[in-house]
Amino acid sequence: MKKITLAVLLISLLVPLRAFGLNVQEFALENGLKVLILEDHKAPTATFQIWYRVGSRDEKTGKTGLSHLLEHMMFRGTTKYGPKTFSQTIQRAGGTDNAFTSHEFTGYFELLASDRIGLPVEMEADRMQNLILTPEAVLAERDVVMEERRLRYEDDPQNLVNEELLATAFKNHPYRWPVIGWMSDLKTLTPDDLVNHYRTYYAPNNAVIIVVGDVKADEMLGRIKDAFSGIPRGPVIRESAVAEDPQYGEKRIFVKKEAELPYIVMAYKAPDIKQEDGYALEVLGSVLSGGKSSRMYKSLVYDKQVALSAWANYDGMYRDPFLFFFGATAAHGKKIEDVEAALAAEIEKIRKEPPTDREVLKAKNQIEASFIMEQDSIYMQARTIGHFEMIGGWRLIDTYLEGIRKVTPEQARQAAEKYLVNEKKTTGILIPVNKETK
Amino acid sequence: MRKRSRTARFMQTAFALLFVLLLLLQSGEAAAAPIARRDVLPNGLVLLHAEKKTLPIVKVVVAIRAGSIMESYEKAGLANLTADLLKEGTRRRSSKEISDAIEFVGGSLGSSGGADFITITLSVLRKDLELGFDLLSDIILNPAFSDEEVARRKALIRSSIIQQKEEPGAVASKAFMKAVFGDNPYGWPAEGTEDSVARITRQDIVDFHRTCYVPNNAIMTVVGDVGSDELKGLIAKYFRGWNGKDVPSPRIPAPYSPDKPAVIAINKEITQANIILGHAGVRRDDPDYYAVLVMNYILGGGGFASRLMDNIRDNKGLSYDVHSFFAANKYAGSFQVGLQTKNQSANTAIEETLKEMNRIMTEPVGDKELNDARSFLTGSFPLKIDSNNKIAGFLTSVEYYNLGLDYIEKYPAYINAVTKEDVLRVAKKHLNTKGYILVVVGDLEKAKLKY
Repeated sequence: MKKITLAVLLISLLVPLRAFGLNVQEFALENGLKVLILEDHKAPTATFQIWYRVGSRDEKTGKTGLSHLLEHMMFRGTTKYGPKTFSQTIQRAGGTDNAFTSHEFTGYFELLASDRIGLPVEMEADRMQNLILTPEAVLAERDVVMEERRLRYEDDPQNLVNEELLATAFKNHPYRWPVIGWMSDLKTLTPDDLVNHYRTYYAPNNAVIIVVGDVKADEMLGRIKDAFSGIPRGPVIRESAVAEDPQYGEKRIFVKKEAELPYIVMAYKAPDIKQEDGYALEVLGSVLSGGKSSRMYKSLVYDKQVALSAWANYDGMYRDPFLFFFGATAAHGKKIEDVEAALAAEIEKIRKEPPTDREVLKAKNQIEASFIMEQDSIYMQARTIGHFEMIGGWRLIDTYLEGIRKVTPEQARQAAEKYLVNEKKTTGILIPVNKETK
Repeated sequence: MRKRSRTARFMQTAFALLFVLLLLLQSGEAAAAPIARRDVLPNGLVLLHAEKKTLPIVKVVVAIRAGSIMESYEKAGLANLTADLLKEGTRRRSSKEISDAIEFVGGSLGSSGGADFITITLSVLRKDLELGFDLLSDIILNPAFSDEEVARRKALIRSSIIQQKEEPGAVASKAFMKAVFGDNPYGWPAEGTEDSVARITRQDIVDFHRTCYVPNNAIMTVVGDVGSDELKGLIAKYFRGWNGKDVPSPRIPAPYSPDKPAVIAINKEITQANIILGHAGVRRDDPDYYAVLVMNYILGGGGFASRLMDNIRDNKGLSYDVHSFFAANKYAGSFQVGLQTKNQSANTAIEETLKEMNRIMTEPVGDKELNDARSFLTGSFPLKIDSNNKIAGFLTSVEYYNLGLDYIEKYPAYINAVTKEDVLRVAKKHLNTKGYILVVVGDLEKAKLKY
């Protein structure tokens, strides 16, 4: 992200938002641009977002971090408006803007008073085609991204473990490299690499516009057509169909770094949310980690008091199968072996005995309520629509809650028994190394 | 010429604002009605209520002047621990029963500490409002503070304080606040220190709760799908017996103002120097507050529209995040520039920071800079109040800092009244490049600090 890289965060991604009954209107332009509009008139504001179907999974070995660097470059100016004007223009209109890059998509958004929401339409159309990518600008921004990497990874011991974990869990799928890119790759990315990436992926047929807020759909569509319909369709993009090869046993990595408390994270290969088992895994995640009354907190933090924090997270909002995570930070003075044993005990328990009816009902209530509460924010609604669209289509939102509602306690247990097995597991452990303060 | 254009701009904003208000008030109230209704209940509780029927949800924020400004240095963390323990058991319910009851309906009930005030927040679906109020009042009025729970939370907070030592930004921030405020509650972390938390006893917590958690020391803000009569009924039913009494006023010493640079260098084996440079700032009620807001937007508060970002990030590629802000609290404030850069660039980044501070202190800002700043600060107002969550937070601040419910109408005038001369004047008055605190957390061998 230009300012804050939400999607680069590996583990702490939000539990996917749940949507039902969102009155989304879908349109398509002749050049392949898809437009999704949701009218929401509760306040006089709106968000305009454009999502490109490109992320780190589309990169090559030695060129990691290209999608994210290009996201940064998108704020440095176009041939029409000159350098450094994008955010300034939006802010002058009282708006805010930012962007995010993930494994599978790159998104740009603006938030404005709704009477000014026409402003970013033309500006986004402009930077889809007229970006300036001079060597000087690219090199300066590369330095900025290296600073971002130092901030988020090199100097953040837990995030380093998360990054190493992903690099180990996947052996051939491009999910294995970080969205921000490896430092050694960042140092060698060239302006030409960026130009190629931009020309390949930044085209109307590879993008989706999402508008949520106090707008009229037909007016908005008219504006979008005016700005975008003249942009020619780009080259056909070959979908990079990759499947992760099987894992043959548990993998384990250690990171030794200056830190205060040991930390453990475990990742099990799991199907994505589009698979039938995805719903049961989602409920399972909530039973294990949906608040202070859930199993992870109650067992590790409250009863045994071995952990400062403990969590589980099913991360299924991907195009391809991803991971079911467990993690915990040891409490001061506690051994990571004891934390791991406590995690293992909880996993063993849920594999053998189904959760209670009340636990499953609570999980479903939480998923439904959080969906309704998230409609308080136009930004979050657009993010939800966009995220579902990127992994398989926004209409998946409609079937999502239905799927969740049908999950039985026994199905949750079966999903645990099937996927939470050592053969699918990768474990990462942070071993704190304490240096004498000089 | 300039004056006329300013008037024109003001008129534009006034119209835009009127438009905002009309839309906000679609629920059929009189057009002159403010964003919320304010009542002071017989027990002294200030109640702010905005009915919003679009979604079947209700948000409640109870803010109590029971933050760290009400505690002593020896017991730093007492206010935070008290707020934290509210959810850990009452006379009627155990910790687990509380979390299970609210989480079962997909709601949330939280509390968090702070310097000026602590907040207790409730989010529920409309249908669970009775349960929500029952739990909310129970944890505010009847917390048990059992020895077992006190010990458990103290241990957790201690672990958390220890963990923060591995976050360079947190280490730098704590060192900076301590240097600026010294023995002033704004100078110590809300969660306290390992030593001070260890000194807190159950009796301290019980006494603190009895003293500070009183209705005439609190603001309740309710936003969402609940009507006025129903709300009053809920409060009468669940907060019965919550009686007002005198609350001591906090005594806050003046912050420390050095007349020469004070450098705090902390060595850590990391790749970036985490830098904070700053000093004492302004209080929220300082008459210069709005001019300071505009000045800081241009200096380093305005993201990509700011000078620090343009110079240090965009032109020199030295940092991902560089910003400045004035933390304007009720009784004292601070100013800081914060950035992170590879150790070897630390001196350059500090030099450029001081250069930008000096520039805004000695030269008037440009017309375009001033207009852009005013345009953003006024034009972004609708985004600050476009959800129930945001409205609840906004109303709480408006009440705590005595801004008045007509603040939305007044704010553009405050901002648009700021001139270039004002910006220069407040920069000279509230920035200091001769006496400042400089904190650097990083690899000091590589940084080779010149300061």
